[in-house]
Amino acid sequence: MDFLNAIILLANYIIVPGLTYGSQLALGAIGVTLIYGVLRFANFAYGDLMAFGTMIVILSTGYLQSLGITLGFLPTALLALPIGIIATIILSLFFDKTVFKYYRDIKSEPVILIVVSIGVMFILNAIVRIVIGPGDVIFMDGARFIMKAGEFKKMTGLNEGIALKSTQVITVITTIITCSILFYFLNKTKTGKSMRAYSDNEDLALLSGIDPTKIVMYTWVIVSILATIAGTLYGLDKSFKPFAYWNNLLPIFAATIVGGIGNPLGAFYGGFVIAFTEIGLTYAYKKFLVYLLPEQLEPSSLVQYISTDYKFAISFAILIVVLIYRPNGIFKGKVI
Amino acid sequence: MRNNLDIKLAFGVMALLLIMVGFVQSWGVALAILNLCLISAVMSMGVNIQWGYSGLINFGVMGFLAIGGLATIVVSVPPVNEAWAAGGFGIILSGLILFTLITSIFYVHRKFQSKYKNYLLFFLVISVIPMMKLAAGPSISAIESIDAATSGFLGGFDLPIILSWFVGAIFAALVAFIIGKVCLDLRSDYLAIATLLISGIVVSYVKHEEWLTRGVKNVTGLKRPVPFEVDLQNSDWFINFIGFLFKGRLSKVTDLDEKIILLNDLVMTSSSIFVKLCFSVIFSIVLITILVFSEKALRSPWGRMMRAIRDNEDAAKAMGKNVVKRHLHIFMIGSAIIGFSGAMLVTYDGLFTPASYQPLRYTFIIWVMVLLGGTGNNYGAILGAFVVWFIWIESAPFALFVINALMSEVDNTNQLKIHLIDSIPYFRYLMMGLGLLVVMRYRPKGLLPEKIINN
Repeated sequence: MDFLNAIILLANYIIVPGLTYGSQLALGAIGVTLIYGVLRFANFAYGDLMAFGTMIVILSTGYLQSLGITLGFLPTALLALPIGIIATIILSLFFDKTVFKYYRDIKSEPVILIVVSIGVMFILNAIVRIVIGPGDVIFMDGARFIMKAGEFKKMTGLNEGIALKSTQVITVITTIITCSILFYFLNKTKTGKSMRAYSDNEDLALLSGIDPTKIVMYTWVIVSILATIAGTLYGLDKSFKPFAYWNNLLPIFAATIVGGIGNPLGAFYGGFVIAFTEIGLTYAYKKFLVYLLPEQLEPSSLVQYISTDYKFAISFAILIVVLIYRPNGIFKGKVI
Repeated sequence: MRNNLDIKLAFGVMALLLIMVGFVQSWGVALAILNLCLISAVMSMGVNIQWGYSGLINFGVMGFLAIGGLATIVVSVPPVNEAWAAGGFGIILSGLILFTLITSIFYVHRKFQSKYKNYLLFFLVISVIPMMKLAAGPSISAIESIDAATSGFLGGFDLPIILSWFVGAIFAALVAFIIGKVCLDLRSDYLAIATLLISGIVVSYVKHEEWLTRGVKNVTGLKRPVPFEVDLQNSDWFINFIGFLFKGRLSKVTDLDEKIILLNDLVMTSSSIFVKLCFSVIFSIVLITILVFSEKALRSPWGRMMRAIRDNEDAAKAMGKNVVKRHLHIFMIGSAIIGFSGAMLVTYDGLFTPASYQPLRYTFIIWVMVLLGGTGNNYGAILGAFVVWFIWIESAPFALFVINALMSEVDNTNQLKIHLIDSIPYFRYLMMGLGLLVVMRYRPKGLLPEKIINN
């Protein structure tokens, strides 16, 4: 019984939040990695692109709600998602045409492109803050919980319970669906294959008649879809705050590099690696050990590796360790 | 736009703009802008040494600024004796443990030959945090519980605050040494991300270690290298000085009571201007000293070598230059200058607020300054700092002016107008972004491009 309680405890405090946070990071990291693979630069404007997409979703959610359209127990934001995606695609293509295309054509160094993406970041930052303001926005509606801890306890008769928020389930399911479609697209369709070919070897791809403008366009479309979905899921789960989206860019970068930059599957796993280490190292295992160990051995301290204040710092530390020992990431990078 | 801007002309225009602010808004505002311009110029020169001289991309500016700020606390705040008595021993012990661990990590990394080397290193790195916690944990909670509302930290060494600028530089150089050892052989874009993330770690350390910095509770009332306004207002020589300065205006007033009121008024306003002016003088001296040294360095054989490394690393290597070591040195020098300016900034503000260190404000704006002004050119970096900080401050009044001009017919209760006026502070980000994109596109070398030095 104690053993079961301990497992449930871990599931509630580590596995469920880890899966949710990992999914959000994974979706973001795949977007960053795709940009890196095809356009060959680290896009610092990605966090703000996520914020922009989410902002459009929030505004359309508000509009839909004012019309009286809701999705019942599901959040209305899911219905507004396509609008946000379309707006983000238009924005990305606009910035590509006005800003990034020039540097691609003159074959600038990646560092110059990073600097340019910082310029775009400033602009997006300003747009989001001017339109919706810097404060917290909560746009979650529908059912909050799928299963409450109390219900679980009553059902099983255990001391510990699992609470399942509906946003957590939605996040994981949406991520699974999105990633399945994405990997199917990249591995099975002709366009996806040509994207991978272009990322692998630009010259050979051009020789085989692949149109680079189309590849770039597809990349921005996919990246915008991923950014909007990731941003909306994060906003539903926590709340929408422009600054938080900027902050999230850093663990997303960490996940991207840990997984091997340019490698979407690696980025997917990288997101979960980062999420689980962050949560696993900041969780206090005292209660867990109390269940498992005999009474004499019970720990007196919290048994926490590092305090939750350093949650972000952990992902950075993992990144640095990976950069030193496996600069190409856990999975070999640079190829989609 | 083909021919380059004249340096004197550019700085002349800048000075004119500041004087204009003095007449239109007030001299206090103009001097405040000037002082922060000077501090920012030191920062951007530090970045310019790393990026412009040798092509190292350091997005960790925020972290080094925070370290410089930390130095002001450690150096200038009076020590809290009870805290030292309660937990000083544990802190010193954990400091020693940290030092031994770091040196042993470096030792193992360099000297150890075994197939288990990497595991040993990993184990050592992992063990740092629990060891520190074990050694310092009780002391930290003891220190933080002493007078938590007003103190709750160790304090510093009660030394003059000017000294902290140099200590900040040394701290920053030491941290840069560790970071450089770990990260400098990374590719340029990885280095950018890694330094950005490390600066995040540094700032979260400064923010959460309350025994050292009081964390989000801030440290206020720092010392100053110049007199305080209140002391000036009560000192006879200053009042006499002001009386002498405004003799003409005072002599026009005949009534004695009115004369005293006017004099009081003048003393009040001019004391703050006087303090700011003192700061400006000190900051200018710092800026000019650093400028002279870095210009000399740029023209020396050392500077020639750095440019050679930047322009063609492989050729420099073939000539027998130790690229890794040179990169490490320049990373440390640039970071030291940034740390110096971080301490200057905290001294000028008079308070240390760890929570205010945001990458957008303290890393990327500095980068915009360097890129806009001209990479590789010290005058360019300084000009960039002046222009960007000026825009940063003056964009809010400017945006207000534009909104009012464009929507003059719209009623003041209009929702859109109110919303726009509320979001005025964010227009500065828009201007920064647009400015950066325009400069990168049409003048990719900045306003004052690097000059080719023939020596």
